[in-house]
Amino acid sequence: MSAVDLVLTGALLLMALGLSSILFAARPMGSTIVYASAGVLSALVALVGLATLVAGAGAGMNVGASTLWLPIGLPWIGAHFRVDALAAFFVIVVGFGSSIISFYSIGYGRHEHEPWRVLPFYPSFIGAMLLVVIADDAFSFLLSWEVMSLLSWALVLTHHRESAVRSSGLVYLIMAAFGTMSLILAFGLLAGPLGAYDFQSMRASGQTPLVGSVVVILMLLGAGSKAGIVPLHIWLPLAHPAAPSHVSAMMSGIMTKVAIYGFIRVTFDLLGGTSWWMSEIVLAVGAVTAVMGVLYALMQHDLKRLLAYHTVENIGIIFIGLGLAMAFRHYDMNAAAALAMVAALFHIFNHSVFKNLLFLGAGAVQTATGSRDMEKMGGLIHRMPVTSLLFLVASVAISALPPFNGFVSEWLTFQAILLSPDLPDWGLKILTPGVGGMLALAAALAAACFVKVYGVVFLGRARSEVAKTAREVDRWSLATMSVLALVCLLAGVFPGVIIDTLSPVSHALVQATMPVQSADPWMTITPVASGRSSYNGVLVLLFVTMSGFFAAWVIHRFASRSLRRAPAWDCGFELDDPSTQYGAASFAQPIRRTFGTKIFSARESVTMPPPGSTAPAKFSVSLRDPVWDGFFARVSGAVTWLADKANRLQFLTIRQYLSVVFAALVLLLLVLTLWK
Amino acid sequence: MIFNLLVQGLQMMLVVAIAPLLVGVIHKMRARLLRKQGAPLLQPYRDLLRLMKKEVVLAHNASWLFRAVPYMVFAATWVAAALIPTFATGLQFSWSADLIAIVALLGSARFFMALAGMDVGTSFGGIGSSREMMIAALAEPAMMLTVFSLALLAGSTQLSTVTHYLAGSNVGLRVSLGMALVALVIVALAENARIPVDNPSTHLELTMVHEAMVLEYSGRHLAMIELASALKLVLYLSLIVSLFIPFGVAGPGDTIAAHLLAVVYYLIKMLGGALALATFEVSIAKMRVFRIPDLLGAALMLSLLGTLLLFVSRSL
Repeated sequence: MSAVDLVLTGALLLMALGLSSILFAARPMGSTIVYASAGVLSALVALVGLATLVAGAGAGMNVGASTLWLPIGLPWIGAHFRVDALAAFFVIVVGFGSSIISFYSIGYGRHEHEPWRVLPFYPSFIGAMLLVVIADDAFSFLLSWEVMSLLSWALVLTHHRESAVRSSGLVYLIMAAFGTMSLILAFGLLAGPLGAYDFQSMRASGQTPLVGSVVVILMLLGAGSKAGIVPLHIWLPLAHPAAPSHVSAMMSGIMTKVAIYGFIRVTFDLLGGTSWWMSEIVLAVGAVTAVMGVLYALMQHDLKRLLAYHTVENIGIIFIGLGLAMAFRHYDMNAAAALAMVAALFHIFNHSVFKNLLFLGAGAVQTATGSRDMEKMGGLIHRMPVTSLLFLVASVAISALPPFNGFVSEWLTFQAILLSPDLPDWGLKILTPGVGGMLALAAALAAACFVKVYGVVFLGRARSEVAKTAREVDRWSLATMSVLALVCLLAGVFPGVIIDTLSPVSHALVQATMPVQSADPWMTITPVASGRSSYNGVLVLLFVTMSGFFAAWVIHRFASRSLRRAPAWDCGFELDDPSTQYGAASFAQPIRRTFGTKIFSARESVTMPPPGSTAPAKFSVSLRDPVWDGFFARVSGAVTWLADKANRLQFLTIRQYLSVVFAALVLLLLVLTLWK
Repeated sequence: MIFNLLVQGLQMMLVVAIAPLLVGVIHKMRARLLRKQGAPLLQPYRDLLRLMKKEVVLAHNASWLFRAVPYMVFAATWVAAALIPTFATGLQFSWSADLIAIVALLGSARFFMALAGMDVGTSFGGIGSSREMMIAALAEPAMMLTVFSLALLAGSTQLSTVTHYLAGSNVGLRVSLGMALVALVIVALAENARIPVDNPSTHLELTMVHEAMVLEYSGRHLAMIELASALKLVLYLSLIVSLFIPFGVAGPGDTIAAHLLAVVYYLIKMLGGALALATFEVSIAKMRVFRIPDLLGAALMLSLLGTLLLFVSRSL
């Protein structure tokens, strides 16, 4: 069987598993069976993807694309499926992530009160994402995309009795509909007047740059709204946290990547060429998304909502890489395009790993404390030692700090930016240094944000009774999170292996590859040429560990070893109240003042009690969401206004209805006559 | 190779050895400028030894992270400092991390330091951490854009290559380098908690940043942190010196005598840097915390402008 047969079989088996689980979802062992089978199936599918890529890397970068045609779907197209290098990579991302999350859910899913609201949708959702990735015609692609959207919507509504969850679901549904509409228009343009809806004919028929640009913009709207680019991100922070944590991880860590797959597939594969200014738009959107995402995240105190905003940030970083790849490709700088492309793909993989780990960690915290509000946590490092260590790994990784994987992909993106002065285009020359600065700003703010998350949730003193009595989660959860943490470390220490595995993908998309990294001694990576820039994760890790242990050894050999436990010093204050420590809102205050005054119209107000009164003073912060208040609230206001006005039509007499019909008829006839 | 390894080892030892001395020189110079006698030059060494002999008083709810962080911070700073070509560019391991990675290593050190500030759960630790991260959020992009300027000029992000290029004769005076220098100096002041951003000699005031963060540390842990801060100062000063006064740096193929001479040159340059810093610090007042973003924003804009100029033309 070829790769496409295997992946398709896996996807269909997952969907069948979802359907059949209706029968036994309410049984006690139901969730274990479903999650374990989903985990095994997705792991197998990921292995198929990996085998395809590795075989391609061995065979001169050419992945033999396996295709399949089934006589279902639209009669004159049928259903086309194809696994090439790009699809294989995303099959790995989807399969690996889903399998880890599924095994995690064996433990986590036991806490679900109504498992039948999750189990039928969960494996089918994985299957639908796989189908999107291997679809090879517009109809199958859009159908799978819609199935994926609807299943994830159903999963978001698991706890539908909470009204906040229902309204999140509504916003998600509207944004998903908008996104699909853009995709339909994009594929309509690609198919041309003859309606060639299979991807093979779309590739063959070259588009004019103008049509290409419109398609890219439509894809940016359609795939971008699913991935969460600013300002179309508004549904992410509502819907991702509303779902159970393993579903949040799926949506944030994996489904956003499937959306990016759609963008890459159309922009780099189906489209022949685009106008030069498209890459500038993508770059600008990426940079704004990265910085806005992390600034939004800093203002949050709901743990999962904060993580969802961080997904927005990382999507921005990925789009910066993609924008650079588009620019380099347009000016035939293929080696540079390969570097930017690999940086983006590497970040896609990295983000799917550490964001899954973060959401699974947040799920563990939620299980232990029953809350997502960071202001109710604190001191969990004492109560949940393993979870806290694993969450720390993910926090360091997402903050782009060595020696973990997030650093390597951002480092590659920086290296790609440093190649951009060679671009002949002045707009790009002016834009890229700014984009580089924004990327650095986003990375630094992300570090600040994760000091806040980790410091408030896991460090300090417990802020509530539940945090004081929290207990470590089950072994399934800990084991799966450990695997993800290990991947974060390994991908950061041996990035060369991953870069080489990604080479067939960049070869397929930009007709060039990065230099072979495994040829370098000592596992060093040199993205362009040795002497220009290199990074060696192994040595950095080794040196830091060695120096740390050396320092500790010297200190413990020669310095005093005595240690005494005492109350905290805190400049002599002795306040037992845990609310005296810094919380999520207070930690963000300096950054809120620096950046938020303009962007979020952040206002702080202090209400002092009258002199002599013992009432406490009140401090409150007001924030305005510029995107929601500035755009979406107005749109929704306009729609409501229009609906109100149109509502009058409902209460007319029969005479008035007839005259309205008559007037409409006359108007249409007039238009028809004038049209000629 | 053996020789390069020796140079690397000597450099690693040298930066640690002179770190407390540098702090001593700055303290002495500041005191003399204020017409005070000042502590002896070797006082920082004595302080470190004294701290190492004392017992550690640990807060009841301090976690393992709190105890591990001093070593982690020291190790990351030390590795970063070891990769700066202070007196020789022929460092054995200079290719293992480029300038971006060095900035990121310092970022790792800062990340863990800020976490340690949050660990005990006191208001001072929190205020220090949150302000440190706010300052870093502006200083790090400025630093990164400065790195961009240098990398674009030298065509490399490897620090040895950059230093080698800047030491060459065909650089000359450039506008972009001037902007990068000013930006780098501001970033160095902010990152090392010097006046006007933070005052390293105050204690127990609400305006302090770094000292508030490490308030709960004592004994050998504090000694590690003090040494790491001194090392970071050496690192930034060496970075500025090796990039902008690359005069007298020994190349990979030079003789032993040339290397020893280069060490002497390096020490003289560091002394000059310390004097400049002390003079600057006594002649300027500390800023209010929420004025710091203006200063760092200026650094950010300068470094961006410098990079932009290089994108426009390599000769600027």
